[in-house]
Amino acid sequence: MAKKQYALVTCWINGREVEQMVDVRASLTDMLRNDFRLTSVKKGCEVGECGACNVLIDGECFNSCLYLAVWAEGKHITTLEGLTGPNGELSDIQQAFMDETAIQCGFCIPGFIMTAAEILDRKVYYTDDELRKLLSGHLCRCTGYENIFKAVKKTMLRRLGMLDDPYLNS
Amino acid sequence: MYDMLALYEAKDVQDAVRLRLEHPEAQIIAGGTDVLVQMREGKRAGKALISIQKCDEMRGVSIDDEENIRIGSLTSFTHITNDPIIQKYINVLGEAVDMVGGPQIRNAGTIGGNTCNGVTSADSASTLHAWEAIVEITGKNGVRRIPIKEFYLKAGTVDLKVEDGEIQTAILIPKASYDRTWGHYIKYAMRNAMDIATLGTSVNARLSPDGKTFERVRIAFGVAGPVPMRAVTAESFINGKAVTLENIEEFGCKVLEDINPRDSWRASKAFRSHIAVESAKRCLIESVKLAGGEL
Ligand SMILES: Cc1cc2nc3c(=O)[nH]c(=O)nc-3n(C[C@H](O)[C@H](O)[C@H](O)COP(=O)(O)OP(=O)(O)OC[C@H]3O[C@@H](n4cnc5c(N)ncnc54)[C@H](O)[C@@H]3O)c2cc1C
Repeated sequence: MAKKQYALVTCWINGREVEQMVDVRASLTDMLRNDFRLTSVKKGCEVGECGACNVLIDGECFNSCLYLAVWAEGKHITTLEGLTGPNGELSDIQQAFMDETAIQCGFCIPGFIMTAAEILDRKVYYTDDELRKLLSGHLCRCTGYENIFKAVKKTMLRRLGMLDDPYLNS
Repeated sequence: MYDMLALYEAKDVQDAVRLRLEHPEAQIIAGGTDVLVQMREGKRAGKALISIQKCDEMRGVSIDDEENIRIGSLTSFTHITNDPIIQKYINVLGEAVDMVGGPQIRNAGTIGGNTCNGVTSADSASTLHAWEAIVEITGKNGVRRIPIKEFYLKAGTVDLKVEDGEIQTAILIPKASYDRTWGHYIKYAMRNAMDIATLGTSVNARLSPDGKTFERVRIAFGVAGPVPMRAVTAESFINGKAVTLENIEEFGCKVLEDINPRDSWRASKAFRSHIAVESAKRCLIESVKLAGGEL
């Protein structure tokens, strides 16, 4: 094998500026898990199909398995750990996943929630079909999606002040 | 960890050309959604890569001095779909790339990667063929522009000369192509998300000012042959004809004289031919509606 090649990456992870030497062959998943112990970022299929490693990069969702760690230079990265409050308080969308029992083995949840975080931060009302399309980059093998969908929809309605609308919230 | 021999990171387009001349054996990586998957699978294992991810001058959509729509090769699918210029002049392209994979893939995948991979099922490719896009290539001898049809040499191979350090830097849609023109794309696949097209059909139409005659209709398919292709017999049949359902019906049947789909595990040749005819008709009907014509 050729000589190992390293690069220095400076970026923001969950609001904190960090510096890290990485092997250029590392994916962003590798860096977040191994160097920063952010284990909400799951290693699933590692080919961009399942969405378990999804994180926000400058506010957009990316499967971190198909993203080289060196590309993180200068970027703002948010993982599930970045959604909780200073004392570990759950965010509204995390709480909604619990309330709706959108949880079972838990492997897909961080990825789903980060996509939800991107969608919900836009403060836009989406129809059911639009929401389903926006959530389509994730595979869940336990819950059957319906509860996950409800958790995201209810949080969207709550944030828009529309939760009490009996027509929308059905 | 990827099985990668070495990584060369280009700062800008000139740097990418220089690195390509220096390391002709290395492969370009843009969004990485094809390259990294193939590296994982072993197909590209052990290869050196030249990353153009940081060449930000290759991102974004604009209108240039000659009124071409200019799409930088690194522009992501999401950014194309959300771009106001695309929405105004060639909305069908934004709709087509909004059918790629899922949201995360559309944030990472680029239109440059979608065309440089030379793949017939690429969701942008049929629309770019149907709108006679121009491919801008930059190398050691400067910039050259070629029609997208000539860019595709054969399945998986496009006209980029490694010995000249060439990379694709933009895709252009000339004004003559997008002016007064409306189009529609149908991706036929087994699932609504995260699936590759069994067949992709892109049609666009320009009608006479009174909306009664087809002034110019163009149609292109993905997965109807080894590379994306136009259906010229169908086009020449319909051009100049009256906007009627009978003519559209005939237009649909004519595509069979142009296309050459194959049997694959995804679908049979017979089934692909069937959906080609049906999609051609539906796309043209939709294009007529968008163009303000009546049927
Ligand atoms: C889960 C998943 C689902 C997908 N679904 C779809 C789908 O539904 N429809 C679809 O069309 N595609 C799909 N793809 C394939 C892929 O996302 C697209 O082809 C995408 O456009 C590739 O762009 P990229 O920037 O990631 O390319 P890369 O992987 O970086 O590169 C692709 C190829 O193009 C070359 N290249 C890239 N940019 C340039 C350039 N500027 N100059 C010269 N050469 C260049 C590379 O060397 C490589 O050969 C999917 C991929 C995944 C992982």
